[in-house]
Parts: sequence; C-alpha cells; structure tokens
Amino acid sequence: MQLGRVVGTVVATVKTPGLEGVKFLIVQPLDRHQEPNGRPVVAADGVHMAGPGELVYIVGSREAAQALPNTFVPVDHAIVGIVDEVTS
Amino acid sequence: MKVGTVVGTVVSTINSPVFDNRKLLLCDLLDVDGNPDGGYVIAVDVVDAGVGERVLIIDEGNSARQIVGLDPAPIRAVVVGIVDAMEVED
Repeated sequence: MQLGRVVGTVVATVKTPGLEGVKFLIVQPLDRHQEPNGRPVVAADGVHMAGPGELVYIVGSREAAQALPNTFVPVDHAIVGIVDEVTS
Repeated sequence: MKVGTVVGTVVSTINSPVFDNRKLLLCDLLDVDGNPDGGYVIAVDVVDAGVGERVLIIDEGNSARQIVGLDPAPIRAVVVGIVDAMEVED
C-alpha cells in the first residue's frame, strides 16, 4: 500500500458491468515524505468518503478490486483508507 | 518477500474493514546491503514491530489475505517477521 493525495475526480457514464456506482478519483502517489512520486492514477474509492485534497492510502494491482462490493471488476488501484496522521 | 526498516506509523479511522483495529507501519525498503533503496510500503503489522526495527514484509495479496483471515480483502503488504540478522556473501 502507498500514500496518495486525491487531486481530482473522474466521471464516466458508460462503464464495464460491475463498475456502476463506483466513484473514481485521480490520485497522485506520494513518497514517504509526502512528495509527489510518479504519474497520477485513477483509483476506485473503496471507502466511499474520500474527496479532493485528502491524504489517502491506496492498494494497487488485483487486490484493488477487492475493496469494492463486486470484486471481479477491472480495477487496478483503490483507495482503502483516509489517513488521519503519519508519524515518521 | 522484502526486507525493510520501520520508519513510522499511519493512522486512519475511515478505511476498508480489513484495516479496522490493525496497526499500519510505514516501512522503507532495503537493498541487499541493508540501505534504503528509495521505495517504501505501508504494511499491516502482525508481529508487533516498532519504529527502527528491521522487518520482513510480504507484498502479495493471497498471502496477506491468508494472514488476516479475510477474503476478499483489499490488502497486500504485511509485516510478517522481525529480522535478527542478515548475511550476504560477497
């Protein structure tokens, strides 16, 4: 899992079956000092509460889909938590 | 598996249910010489590791789900051991 900052939203009306009702957000992955690291990704919101500006943690690859009600969907990044605090 | 150093913790109240009541550790990943390789992961702690400790991390979904006993669950990285010693041949 990695840290990320929500920087935007994506709206798609036409989607693969199974993705109806899933919210997509644009997330900028961060390094552990919370500096941008790599290209932004489109992530499904697995917590249903994330919004632009928030610090989140994301899970990548096949496990991302398991954050959603329907787990057999084509999703490769998902927000699985909203970060309150990072101590380091 | 990967070897890392625990450098901090991540606290979250709004998260996927699999992370409820679980400690998240921020871990720098190490290269073969034990130096940070620039990467990091946020991993669930199941061995009660603390900041500063060198740990063994599994970063693979099936194993992670098996460890937390929940399937399906959007989890990948788990701290599964505390490293006592590491030896690398030249």
